[in-house]
Amino acid sequence: MIPGEFNYFAPTTLQEAVSLLTQHAGGAKILAGGQSLIPAMRFRLAAPETLIDINNLTELQYIREANGHLAIGAMTREASLRDSDLVHGRYHLLADAARVIADPIVRNMATVGGNLAHSDPANDHPAVMLAYNAQVVAVGPSGMRTIAIDDFFVDLFQNALHEDEILTEIRIPKPAANSGGAYVKMERKVGDYAISAVAVQLTLNGNTCSAARIGLTNVSAVPMRARNAEQALIGKQLTDDVIEAAGMAAGSECDPSPDLRGSVDYKRDITRVLTKRAVRAAIERVQ
Amino acid sequence: MSKHQVTITVNGQAYTREIESRLLLVHFIREELSLTGTHIGCDTTSCGACTVLLDGAAVKSCTVFAVTANGKQVETIEGVAQNGQMHPLQEGFWEKHGLQCGYCTPGMIMSAKHLLSKNPNPTEAEIRQGISGNLCRCTGYNKIVEAVQYAAEKLNADAREEIAS
Repeated sequence: MIPGEFNYFAPTTLQEAVSLLTQHAGGAKILAGGQSLIPAMRFRLAAPETLIDINNLTELQYIREANGHLAIGAMTREASLRDSDLVHGRYHLLADAARVIADPIVRNMATVGGNLAHSDPANDHPAVMLAYNAQVVAVGPSGMRTIAIDDFFVDLFQNALHEDEILTEIRIPKPAANSGGAYVKMERKVGDYAISAVAVQLTLNGNTCSAARIGLTNVSAVPMRARNAEQALIGKQLTDDVIEAAGMAAGSECDPSPDLRGSVDYKRDITRVLTKRAVRAAIERVQ
Repeated sequence: MSKHQVTITVNGQAYTREIESRLLLVHFIREELSLTGTHIGCDTTSCGACTVLLDGAAVKSCTVFAVTANGKQVETIEGVAQNGQMHPLQEGFWEKHGLQCGYCTPGMIMSAKHLLSKNPNPTEAEIRQGISGNLCRCTGYNKIVEAVQYAAEKLNADAREEIAS
């Protein structure tokens, strides 16, 4: 399994990377950690004419809080999320995901930006970032723009990035007071994609849920929010019945495909159960 | 065809080669350098038999292009023993019977080496988690965990001795 031939560039600055991407727009792919792209190329599912390797862009490796959000550079390795005190202190949903993405060796290469830009509904960050109401920063020849995560995923493996744009940063709004989050994933084995996984970020006002966003992994062709489940929680006291209703809503609104990981009914039911678990875990972490 | 000159330092020695962009790091190591201790197992980023250290971090060399390693440091199983002395990890696998067929062993040792470099005193759970990207079909993992525990103890004892002297 040898990939097809391709032209290769390894720019050392973002500007250079953007200009290469502009020159080769249409036939070029960005190579970030490569943990999805390289297997796809080896199976000849992808055969880009040109690869622009941005592994030398250390300027895109950072995790910092600024202007009311957590800014994550696109080339931040998944392993760095696991090691970040900032993430562990306040961004529990993200910290949960960082423990279960692929396996520990893959996480040393895999990047947060690559995980999102690949826009695979089986990847973990799409649901996480949907739950956080994150923003994606893209840089192209005409400058920088931000894309709301709700507008980012447009189809299977398709997102709102233009052919000449590079995803450079992910911005997660700093959680409001009395907020908590959790990511709960069911997988057959370490390193496999989720059977289903649920990302929850919610805010409480006393005992009442004042805000909630829920993202689902690998139970739809396009990464999705469980909007009915969110509505089942918002404005309610989070009793067992309300949490059960949210789980039922998520199980019914998701749209899984049957495969080796399970039947449609099984995946719906797992999504129901995981939604309940994630909501409960999020409530326990409210701070 | 896209050819590129790269210089990759493997086990402390710099190698300059003209390579195709599509050459994978594992093939560079095995075929260009004839270092066949790094194994190819699944070839699909699942098994970890091809694990090497890239600038100190464990990576699956079947899922890295060699051109990406240009200018970087690679360590393979051949670089683990120093001056003819087995590394405590190798000794641990020997003493604790951490291998049967041996196919996964080089990858296991490289993963464990990265783990111990970040966390010199891992709990059993941390060891199991640390090697969870490496598959072994023989041992059931218990003996591998014991081997890594042996190495951690030995390395910590060596470090204490060094401080004392």
